[in-house]
Amino acid sequence: MSGIAMPEPDPRILARRDQIVAGLREIVPGEGVIDTEDERRAFETDALTAYRRMPLAVVLPSTTEEVAAVLKYLNGQGVPIIPRGAGTSLAGGALPQEDAVVVGVSKMACVLDVNLADRTMRVQTGITNLGVSGAIAHEGFFYAPDPSSQLACTIAGNVAMNSGGAHCLKYGVTTNNLMGVTFVTMEGEIVEIGGDAMDAPGLDLLGLICGSEGQFGMVTEATLRILPMAEGARPILFGFPSSEAAGAATAAVIGAGIVPVAIEFMDKIAIDICEDFAHAGYPMDAGALLIVEVEGAPAEIDEQLARIGEVARANGATSARQATTAAEAAAIWKGRKSAFGAMGRISDYICMDGTIPTGRLPEILARITDICDAAGLKVANIFHAGDGNLHPLVLYDMNDPVSLAKAEHAGEEILLACVEVGGCLTGEHGVGIEKRELMTAQFTEAELFQQMRVKSAFDPNWLMNPAKVFPLELRAETRKAA
Amino acid sequence: MTDLISPIDEAGVEAAVHAAMSSKTPIAIRGGGSRAGLGRPIQAARTLTTEKLTGVTLLEPAELVASAKAGTSVAEFEAELAKAGQRLAFEPFDHRALYGSTAEPTVGGMVATNASGPRRVIAGAARDALIGVRLVTGRGETIRSGGRVMKNVTGYDLVKLACGSHGTLGVVTEATFKTLPIPESELSLVWEGLDDARGVEALCAAMGSPFETSGAAHLPATANAPARTVARLENFESQLRYRAGELEKLLKPYGAAARLDAGASHDLWGEIRDVAPLLGDAARQVWKISVAPSRAAALAARLGPLVAAHLYDWSGGLLWVAVEPTDDAGSSSLRPAVREARGHATLVRASDAVRAAVDVFEPEAPALARLSEAVTAAFDPAGVLNPGRMHVRH
Repeated sequence: MSGIAMPEPDPRILARRDQIVAGLREIVPGEGVIDTEDERRAFETDALTAYRRMPLAVVLPSTTEEVAAVLKYLNGQGVPIIPRGAGTSLAGGALPQEDAVVVGVSKMACVLDVNLADRTMRVQTGITNLGVSGAIAHEGFFYAPDPSSQLACTIAGNVAMNSGGAHCLKYGVTTNNLMGVTFVTMEGEIVEIGGDAMDAPGLDLLGLICGSEGQFGMVTEATLRILPMAEGARPILFGFPSSEAAGAATAAVIGAGIVPVAIEFMDKIAIDICEDFAHAGYPMDAGALLIVEVEGAPAEIDEQLARIGEVARANGATSARQATTAAEAAAIWKGRKSAFGAMGRISDYICMDGTIPTGRLPEILARITDICDAAGLKVANIFHAGDGNLHPLVLYDMNDPVSLAKAEHAGEEILLACVEVGGCLTGEHGVGIEKRELMTAQFTEAELFQQMRVKSAFDPNWLMNPAKVFPLELRAETRKAA
Repeated sequence: MTDLISPIDEAGVEAAVHAAMSSKTPIAIRGGGSRAGLGRPIQAARTLTTEKLTGVTLLEPAELVASAKAGTSVAEFEAELAKAGQRLAFEPFDHRALYGSTAEPTVGGMVATNASGPRRVIAGAARDALIGVRLVTGRGETIRSGGRVMKNVTGYDLVKLACGSHGTLGVVTEATFKTLPIPESELSLVWEGLDDARGVEALCAAMGSPFETSGAAHLPATANAPARTVARLENFESQLRYRAGELEKLLKPYGAAARLDAGASHDLWGEIRDVAPLLGDAARQVWKISVAPSRAAALAARLGPLVAAHLYDWSGGLLWVAVEPTDDAGSSSLRPAVREARGHATLVRASDAVRAAVDVFEPEAPALARLSEAVTAAFDPAGVLNPGRMHVRH
């Protein structure tokens, strides 16, 4: 077990395990309650795999009413609850604790309604992100947020973490594409918030719940904004002599009034590793590359890429490769999309997720290099350049606790540097347990206490995903303050 | 006449809120006062205005971000953005025409009311563009949420919560927005003579196409003019020609479209944003109804006898209805019909007496109302900021 602390399990809850499981079985029949050690093991971690905690039990309800009864029961029993989609959180957002029951939405994965005229879709939140787009692709529509875990991650998790993706420069993140939810409160009430009509009056609880990291209650259904697909899309790949030049080109493209759907950045180390894995034909002599994707009809794409090409060349691009076929487009994206996998093949890594004002890019890249050099670690930089969301991958050896500790420390320093230049700790992965203790670097105590009071408004007993987001030692204090 | 407090800085706002807390005297919050007719009227001995907190504090077109203090006029903010080739994509709604006000709309008021115009249909609402706020809570504490980067999930999204909270959680002192480049040009296509159902259907077809329709309104026939169904396109000049042609082809079943050039298109969308076609008689009461486009025309038909004038924006998702003045603004028949259509209605123009007597905002289901009250209390435990502006507090 590594450096991030979790609260000590409550022995009184552990002692009542059999009784709690029996209570759950009265609500959710048959295989919906999981209590054997073997089966629970599948739920002991998420994508922050260095951390594992065996939950007390796992419940997989099949209906919103069952979720409501489970939450009411566990709230009444004073048992912590860990909501779970597919468990793909990179921040430990779905990490269980020994005295908590995992409540998963995986058995609630249906499309309930599609309305193309209204451009809306109603789903149960256990559906995967890709499953949403897959259900409407034949109609020429798609769901815009596209986190790289989209094959596995659920809408429940996307709503909880306000997930982004590569295309949010144009289309926004989850909160911008979410119109309504069925929300289950800790008291077991089922509340409809928003719906297929825009901008419900009253406080924007929908906007508040989205990104609340599952700390308020559970979302079992969602109404999503769906969009017509563009006529076509095409990426272009630019090589630059340096990261600085690539950063300057990004700013210049946007400054020229062009907002592509995606601008992705890779530095030299990332290029080498990805090219070795994917054979995407990346320029091996480049210090950094940008993948810029634009959408539209073929002639529109030509025109936009010509404008972007001019700007890139004026900012020092040394090579440009435009995809002329679907296969070439796929090849350009292949390296980027397989980047995390390629990296994982050569080394363990932790993936950071800070965002910075894009104008500070050269400075922050230099600092990342310095931080990792000082720790004796390698770092590869891959990120969504258009919106300043960095994903430095700090490479380490999982079998060497010293190496992990160094990597975690370097990661923290990188995030603190992001905050220092006017950015934030996390652009799309969420705080979870991973960045919990760093929150005091971004927020004042008054700001954290205000957020914690909001949690208390939904969950006065602090049972819902309780050991996440806020520094552990602040919790006791604020519960007094609230 | 109430006392007017005009702090010149955030510390002044904090002091005013502290004073209100310790004397248990509620204060009304306003910016320039151009939206004073919005929300439930409230009784407050003192009014705090943010109009002296002014200035554009950040303008970074290459990062698509800009900030302004709350009292900055929307006009000044938009002018500064325009100099940098940028704009607020949600096309801020301007309440002056609706209320016949000559006061200056401010950034703070725009945030407090989530004031979005026609482009909301494709670009999102004010709350979607808002990425950071500073606000003085009802506890008299200044807090920040969000920031100046557009991708940020650090901590709860109190930015969204502040937007549209009508000053009931805190006094917004500064706001940061994602901005977008002003497109090279615009044009609009206009189909004449469609009935409501066909008009909304045509708009939905336009919105479902890949041509990025950035305005979609249907103006029903009046005594002097046929119905007009309007779709706006904004883009580079060369792309506009192509897209307009494609959209015309797609919507051929609805007849031939006339084209409005950039100037005429700009003027017409200004009128639509201001709901000018509804505003004939100043005594008329006005409702703003959100409903799924596919149920909008049927809802308008059902409201038939009540409706003095109406128009559809947001592809039919926003139905503006003017009614002849009555003591309840037609609420008793309008609200059940809207509820049945799974929409929600806000009474945006009526006298203080009427807005005190009927619900201005859509009444919330009990469980939702309880959550909203608990959240409000988390920010303003003593209930000193605009108490009762949105709903009667229990």
